[in-house]
Amino acid sequence: MIRLSRHHTERIVFAVIGLAAVATAVPIIIIVGSIFFSGAEAVSWQFLLEMPRDGMRSGGIWPAIIGTIYLVVGTGLISIPLGVASAIYLSEYAADSYWTRMIRLAIVNLAGIPSVVYGLFGLGLFVLFLDLGSSIVAACLTLSIMTIPVIISTAEEALRAVPQSFRVVSVGMGATRWQTIRRVVLPQALPGILTGVILGLNRAAGETAPILFTGAAFFLPKLPNSIFDQTMALPYHLFVISTQVPEMPITIQYGTATVLLAFVLIMNILAASVRSWQRRKREW
Amino acid sequence: MTKIMNSKMIFNTKYRQLLEFVVEAIIRISGYSAVVFVGLIFLFLMQESLPTFGEVQARDLWSQRWYPIENYFGVLPLLSGSLIITLGAALIAIPFGLMTAIFIAEIAPLWLREILKPLVEVLGGVPSVVLGFLGITVLAPLVREQLYLPTGLTAFTGAVLLAGMAIPTIVSVAEDALDAVPKAYRDAALALGATRWQTIWRVTLPAARSGVLTATMLGIGRAIGETMTVMMVTGNAPQMASGLGSLFISLRTMTATIAAEMGEVANGSLHYHVLFSIGLILFLISLTVNITASAVLFRARKRTERLLS
Repeated sequence: MIRLSRHHTERIVFAVIGLAAVATAVPIIIIVGSIFFSGAEAVSWQFLLEMPRDGMRSGGIWPAIIGTIYLVVGTGLISIPLGVASAIYLSEYAADSYWTRMIRLAIVNLAGIPSVVYGLFGLGLFVLFLDLGSSIVAACLTLSIMTIPVIISTAEEALRAVPQSFRVVSVGMGATRWQTIRRVVLPQALPGILTGVILGLNRAAGETAPILFTGAAFFLPKLPNSIFDQTMALPYHLFVISTQVPEMPITIQYGTATVLLAFVLIMNILAASVRSWQRRKREW
Repeated sequence: MTKIMNSKMIFNTKYRQLLEFVVEAIIRISGYSAVVFVGLIFLFLMQESLPTFGEVQARDLWSQRWYPIENYFGVLPLLSGSLIITLGAALIAIPFGLMTAIFIAEIAPLWLREILKPLVEVLGGVPSVVLGFLGITVLAPLVREQLYLPTGLTAFTGAVLLAGMAIPTIVSVAEDALDAVPKAYRDAALALGATRWQTIWRVTLPAARSGVLTATMLGIGRAIGETMTVMMVTGNAPQMASGLGSLFISLRTMTATIAAEMGEVANGSLHYHVLFSIGLILFLISLTVNITASAVLFRARKRTERLLS
């Protein structure tokens, strides 16, 4: 048996690891590239702004786009205040006690619960027990609970990054705790919080399982009238047209996938640019 | 004049104290929201799944036939389906994920790092239905032709895509853990004459092992809970999986069963309660994975604190 010198070993191992990284990276480029490449020809203003026709086999995806926007806005209205308030509690008020550790454990667990279990919970609590029916409001509430752990953990990190001296100075000048938080800490942490909010809502925009039984509609001939109506949504629409509708033209499937992926990627890029902008303008 | 100012100031202070009190109360209550939600989820899953155990014998649940129309509720095919697909995903995602993390954190030059990190984040952001759609249109035909199978909608197809969903989690958590290892450790090893690989293998990785372990567990947790992708590409046949050979037949997971069947059952029927029981099992699995993962991290942090003090 040949004994390799340690320098040879290093070279071989590095090559293997490098290849593994390439093997991870290349499929990502292929996935995104092939979706955009095949979907580009389907996407047009008509496709974006028209109602679906012929059992969704032609026409556009407007109600699904509008539905996803409703869901994201509704989820934001519920999860942003609750998530940020919770982050403020953890970063500014909570002592390192048994109960605080319980909260942290709960957040970690909440983030790990399978999305379909959120769907079950939403069905049990919001749709049936609170009798909201399968509706936009029930879907938003369900998505909010899924989004909150993401917002809490990123917002808390952003709040904690604000130097302690800022708080000390503010309180030293006679400000109350809440004045300090609202006027000093929150503005400084805002970009970081915003990043977390975008990432959380992004997840809500792309998820299907939580809205399956809480508010997503297979097909609707018109747009929802109130928050107690069901709605179509982009991810569920993509699921429907790629598995449930026979003889579905592939261009429409790719077009829908392109719109959904573009939506999500733009939000991601937005989050990343807020983060880097914040690093540059930071005053400490 | 002064008198007016004074009363105004008194009013202001009073108002401010009240505001302070109210705001603080709201924030404190919100602080506990996560605990409340986890509790509520557990309660509702329990309440909706309890009737199952009165109506179906444990022996029937623990059997190999899932055929709800004729009241056969054997969960073993679903459990084994979930396990085998997750195992397959783990076998792909762990080596590739960890090697990518090591590459990004320790080996790659800065410019490559700046490309790879966002790229992996992009994969983490791809919605599961988009992956499932590509699975149906691209991967499944490929699997069928290359492996000479009757159908491309197999557990293997699902495992490959699930690996894609688990890799971003594994890479980002493991990379953070490697990054957190103090530079002095590496410098010391290199100064002693170790090669870069020897430093990584004998010093950096052992120092980051709890984080790496957490990364693996969270990745697996992500894979076992994934719903839409597996529902779209694994063929959804509730067959028993036995061994890795079953990767190449159609299987069905617990998550996909809930998603596929919950829409069609009558609320309050036996089938409805059984599906909630499956949800409860999933919830308990994810609870176990996450509590263990954070316990590992917590103990590691305690150890470092002891070492550094």
